[in-house]
Amino acid sequence: MSAVKDAAPPVGARAKLDASRRALYHDLLRQMLHVRYFEEKAGEAYAQGKIGGFCHLYIGQEAVAVGSLAALRPDDYVFAGYREHAHALVRGTTSRAVMAELFGKATGCSKGKGGSMHLFDAARNFLGGHAIVGSHIPLAAGAAFASKYRGTDQVSVCYFGEAAANIGAFHETLNMAALWRLPGIFICENNRYGMGTALERASVVYDISQRSCSYHMAAETVDGMDVLAMYEATRRAVERARAERLPTLLEARTYRYMGHSMADPIHGHYRTKEELEEQKQRDPIAGLRARLEEDGLLDDAQYAELEKGVHAEVEDAVAFAEQSPEPDPAELYTDVYKA
Amino acid sequence: MPVLTYRDALNHALREEMERDPDVFLMGEEVGVYQGAYKVSRGLLQQFGDRRVIDTPIAELGFAGIGVGAAMVGLRPVIEFMTWNFALLAIDEVVNSAAKMLYMSGGQIPIPIVFRGPGGAALQLGAQHSQAFESWLANVPGLKVVAPATPYDAKGLLKSAIRDDNPVIFLEGEMLYNNKGEIPEGEYTVPLGLADVKRAGTDVTIVCHSKTVATAEKAARQLAGEHGLEAEVVDLRTIRPLDTETLLASVRKTNRCVIVEEGWPFCGVGAQVVDEIQRHAFDDLDAPVERVTGADVPMPYNKLLERAAKPSVDAVIGAARRAAYVD
Repeated sequence: MSAVKDAAPPVGARAKLDASRRALYHDLLRQMLHVRYFEEKAGEAYAQGKIGGFCHLYIGQEAVAVGSLAALRPDDYVFAGYREHAHALVRGTTSRAVMAELFGKATGCSKGKGGSMHLFDAARNFLGGHAIVGSHIPLAAGAAFASKYRGTDQVSVCYFGEAAANIGAFHETLNMAALWRLPGIFICENNRYGMGTALERASVVYDISQRSCSYHMAAETVDGMDVLAMYEATRRAVERARAERLPTLLEARTYRYMGHSMADPIHGHYRTKEELEEQKQRDPIAGLRARLEEDGLLDDAQYAELEKGVHAEVEDAVAFAEQSPEPDPAELYTDVYKA
Repeated sequence: MPVLTYRDALNHALREEMERDPDVFLMGEEVGVYQGAYKVSRGLLQQFGDRRVIDTPIAELGFAGIGVGAAMVGLRPVIEFMTWNFALLAIDEVVNSAAKMLYMSGGQIPIPIVFRGPGGAALQLGAQHSQAFESWLANVPGLKVVAPATPYDAKGLLKSAIRDDNPVIFLEGEMLYNNKGEIPEGEYTVPLGLADVKRAGTDVTIVCHSKTVATAEKAARQLAGEHGLEAEVVDLRTIRPLDTETLLASVRKTNRCVIVEEGWPFCGVGAQVVDEIQRHAFDDLDAPVERVTGADVPMPYNKLLERAAKPSVDAVIGAARRAAYVD
């Protein structure tokens, strides 16, 4: 059905994983399991009416946020769109603070005033949580501009979907980022569908990374279902941004398993069950698990242990969110202006 | 006291604030090499260099958003729109990003930014280059909206706007740049949110801001000289937050009110002022509140039609006479 090709799978025998990096691999696996279980529980809570509004789940795309964020420093800046529970969690915002925000509680990371689409954690330089498609691409360039202005080597990373590559803000920003040599990393999470519109029906260019040609910007197309590929590609982009102050456009070929939001059916009229099942064969968690097991770096007991840990953390977060207080009614009028 | 133009008063405010605070920078179209489309930024590139005076491509949405992003991480950008007409291209970043960031982040991320540039009608520039957006922008919680009338206020208010920790919309009068006024030596600021009684009077209050302050003052002189009416001219200076205290004190004294603005009448600034007056000073009113606005049409090019579309001294005099039951 889709004319879009995925990033080429490795040809021939792949290199064995580096055993000295076992801790890193386990951590990446644990974080992907964490995101997936968190999103499954968020989906359940939404179905129970405990989460309101729009709720966009990240299931299927875990490798993109987990792999790329692992390549950053804590003082780098991170901006995301509205499908951003994972980015906040991986950045280190607690499961409790994120789940409580989805529940609209006072203990949420935005005090219950932001919701699923507006998660913020300034202490971790997680700068949102933006729900107008493409609007945060210039914001991320602004943080990159600040790094250059102050002479620091912090980079600014922006996550957006492939549909945002058609909006003016994307093009205006990439031009200025390249023109001014801003240390920005623009990560396009190409999950093939802008809501229900397939990429081929919305863009004459299928390879989003090619958009970089117009701006003489470095670019890479990455298998967004391969967490290690995401990690390595982002490391290259970070190096380019820190050392040379040059921006990069990274296109991550990924896929979402759920509907656009919890309000939508899983496949709807715009894609088939068969396509969905086929894509699930690229599953990022199963993929990393298989590779680690094949290379003798993970056994069933260790995997079960990782799962057990994240399950406990997410279940604790749900209980915390349920028990947390609603915002004080007086909060309605606070935070409109800074005193 | 030195006399400066409105343009140079703004220039001095920018220069002084950039000297005072290294986090302040100016970004926009033609602000550097060209020295500003209206020469407000004259000399700043030479003094501060291209790190702090940044020429942009014609990409309002993009550079407005870059400014907001820089403010999110603690810089204090001044974003110049060549005119506010072009800022419509950037309105998503002004409204959805700048105005709402503090609230939707639960108070974590203030946006200390100034969006500034000329607004209102100039002369024969036609429909797309002649409009006043005060009421659009003042509608949005999270924004402050400032529109100075004099060089003194322009300098003092811009300095306050740059020091404010919130997004401030700074509307300069395109026709005011050459106006001259006295500016004190040395440091001063004018606080945001305070109206100014530009002329004291007892018979009718004329509420105005920006370019219409001169219209109101001229009307007040004629009302005194030819019509036997002493008008009090209240310059709002800041549209949001609105200084209802000064406004109501004047209306309670004169019991009559005329509101003058360049913008369109429907949902205009005057509509908000009328609401404040009828709710808080109903018993003090001796006559319905009058409004003088721009005509409810896109601005025409023809000189005579354009003149008819703008609030005039005669229209203000007529409204004041109606409010005072002279006619």
